[in-house]
Amino acid sequence: MIRDQEILNILLDTIERFVRERLIPLEQEVAESDQIPESIVTEMKALGLFGLSIPEEYGGMGLSMEEEVLATMVIGHTSPAFRSLFATNNGIGSQGIVMDGTSEQKAHYLPQLASGDLIGSFALTEPDSGSDAASLRTQAVRDGNHYILNGTKRYITNAPEAGIFTVMARTDADKKGADGISAFIVERGTAGLTVGSIDKKMGQKGAHTADVIFDNCRVPVSQLIGGREGIGFKTAMKVLDKGRINIAALCVGVSERMLDDALHYALERKQFGKPIADFQLIQAMLADSKAELYAARSMVIDAARRRDAGQDVGTEAACAKLFASEACGRIADRAVQIFGGAGYLAEYGIERFYRDVRLFRIFEGTSQIQQLVIARNMIRAAS
Amino acid sequence: MKILVAIKRVLDYSVKVRVKTDHSDVDLANAKMSMNPFCEIAVEEAVRLKEAGVASEIIVVSIGSKAVQETIRSAMAMGADRGIWIDSGEAALSPLTIAQLLAKVVQAEQPSVVLLGKQAIDSDDNQTGQMLAALCDYPQATFASKVTIADSKATVVREVDGGLQTLQLALPLVVTTDLRLNEPRYVKLPDIMKAKKKPLDTQTPESLGVSLNNSVKMIKVEPPSERKAGIMVPDVDALINSLKNQAKVL
Ligand SMILES: Cc1cc2nc3c(=O)[nH]c(=O)nc-3n(C[C@H](O)[C@H](O)[C@H](O)COP(=O)(O)OP(=O)(O)OC[C@H]3O[C@@H](n4cnc5c(N)ncnc54)[C@H](O)[C@@H]3O)c2cc1C
Ligand SMILES: Cc1cc2nc3c(=O)[nH]c(=O)nc-3n(C[C@H](O)[C@H](O)[C@H](O)COP(=O)(O)OP(=O)(O)OC[C@H]3O[C@@H](n4cnc5c(N)ncnc54)[C@H](O)[C@@H]3O)c2cc1C
Repeated sequence: MIRDQEILNILLDTIERFVRERLIPLEQEVAESDQIPESIVTEMKALGLFGLSIPEEYGGMGLSMEEEVLATMVIGHTSPAFRSLFATNNGIGSQGIVMDGTSEQKAHYLPQLASGDLIGSFALTEPDSGSDAASLRTQAVRDGNHYILNGTKRYITNAPEAGIFTVMARTDADKKGADGISAFIVERGTAGLTVGSIDKKMGQKGAHTADVIFDNCRVPVSQLIGGREGIGFKTAMKVLDKGRINIAALCVGVSERMLDDALHYALERKQFGKPIADFQLIQAMLADSKAELYAARSMVIDAARRRDAGQDVGTEAACAKLFASEACGRIADRAVQIFGGAGYLAEYGIERFYRDVRLFRIFEGTSQIQQLVIARNMIRAAS
Repeated sequence: MKILVAIKRVLDYSVKVRVKTDHSDVDLANAKMSMNPFCEIAVEEAVRLKEAGVASEIIVVSIGSKAVQETIRSAMAMGADRGIWIDSGEAALSPLTIAQLLAKVVQAEQPSVVLLGKQAIDSDDNQTGQMLAALCDYPQATFASKVTIADSKATVVREVDGGLQTLQLALPLVVTTDLRLNEPRYVKLPDIMKAKKKPLDTQTPESLGVSLNNSVKMIKVEPPSERKAGIMVPDVDALINSLKNQAKVL
């Protein structure tokens, strides 16, 4: 936790500079090779990017939510694939342990996650359970001092790189919904755990997802998060509430980048004898984008501040994620439009962002699921 | 061995400079500010000397309004041990006044090495280090591209027109840094947190006994004239011809 404007400025400046000098020049290369160079991963670790949100006592920076979203916005100024590699350690891949882990689990795993020596992954989604996560079918059956896990997880970010997986599995077959679900920390290399081949995606090349398959995978009882059965779904939802604010912040960051690129292009590109930025129809696209971006940014910061103040931000997080990701999609579309023919060509990079940001409306809860969450909370509060 | 590093807060190198509409100065409103890149090289060199066991303490000093505290904290995040902020308010200061203020700090701290950037990228004066050396009566090595300190002596390779010059100097001395001396590190984020707790002392021109008589007056600031579009030439002969006859530079 910084809580000091000067120090926070230095932190954000340092990240901004790393993004500008080291990451932006590599965007095209990473998109083509589908791989972040090892030397850059080493630099990211040395810089401390894997431990932004992990508490200071475990070797992280312990950033407040407000500080974290500001950092995420700056990181969003380059391809989101870079962030993806360290995002799970700061978010869904570590927060289950941070929020609900036992002190032994925290002491053992968090320092390794903070340094980046270990990559954490979050395995909730399954082939037949996406938006309806509470219907998940992966089983964990107690057998003496172990649980035996069986099932398949799908689209798991950083699965090919991960050293540990936070796995949601059903410990009580009689309870069909959320109450029967528990969360486990499963180490890579545990017999019966295999990671599938890397998925081919629309965008965010360099960031990897894959299936994670459990076939009679024996996990020691000590790996049950918090040491209690039946709270795993709640853990997952708390993790996702925080994650949604961060995804919204990422949408703001990438939108800032795309709008900035579009603005500069519009100032340089001449048609009909003047810069296209002089045309009111272009100005309308720039202005609508700016206004939406400002709204999204304000929502993210407000939601983050409320969370820091200890409020329940389920509704605000869903609102911010819904609005920021949908606005990001519109801004990406306008940016491509402003680039004209160049917007459709790979060389200019903007079509890459257009594909990259499509994911934001889908993962960590689709836009429709955010709408359902918001409306459900409204109706519950009124009745 | 103590090292004193003087650092300046300037407009960030990546920012496009704009002139105020009344031409009184450069427009700094809401502009991103950073440590002068040459000063950053000076801090980096000091940190390397400390890491190599040559130096034991690094003190950074900066002059200006409250905002320079942030620049001092950045230097602490890089590895400086403590800072001195000379609160000169918003006053515009000439290189001589800066050198006079720094000389007082040198007198009080008695460092073995004083490191400064060769110039600041805002006004590019390239005077402060030289004036400071004169005021302190220290030897000086400007435009350093390599600094070695051993046996109470400094060996400094300087970048000069047409090549390199190597000097051997007695301590204490003043060194100003050139671009190729080193490549400053990316600060580790946890070190930024540590910077928060390092001591920062405040001084004023009065407390140092220096009066701010500005010997330099800025009259007018003009943006550089727009570059005109170039021409395409078919071959080398045409290039030489146009350099001779049109541009008249050959
Ligand atoms: C690149 C990528 C990375 C991912 N990383 C992870 C990860 O690390 N860990 C993890 O666990 N998961 C991850 N996911 C999974 C992601 O969270 C899911 O894809 C997402 O929750 C949607 O689930 P689904 O794909 O099964 O779609 P479905 O749930 O099948 O949804 C299909 C469509 O139906 C709509 N829909 C569903 N239910 C309703 C309803 N009740 N009312 C109205 N509309 C509805 C949805 O909005 C969507 O439009 C990742 C996905 C991708 C693509
Ligand atoms: C895949 C592909 C295939 C193509 N195939 C062909 C082909 O076979 N033959 C061919 O001749 N061309 C072809 N083109 C070129 C295509 O027709 C042009 O890209 C298109 O007309 C836009 O021109 P531009 O790219 O120069 O964009 P610009 O004209 O620079 O436009 C940039 C932006 O400014 C806007 N704009 C421009 N002027 C104004 C104005 N006065 N007021 C408001 N807004 C304005 C545009 O709407 C756009 O949003 C192709 C392009 C692509 C991408």
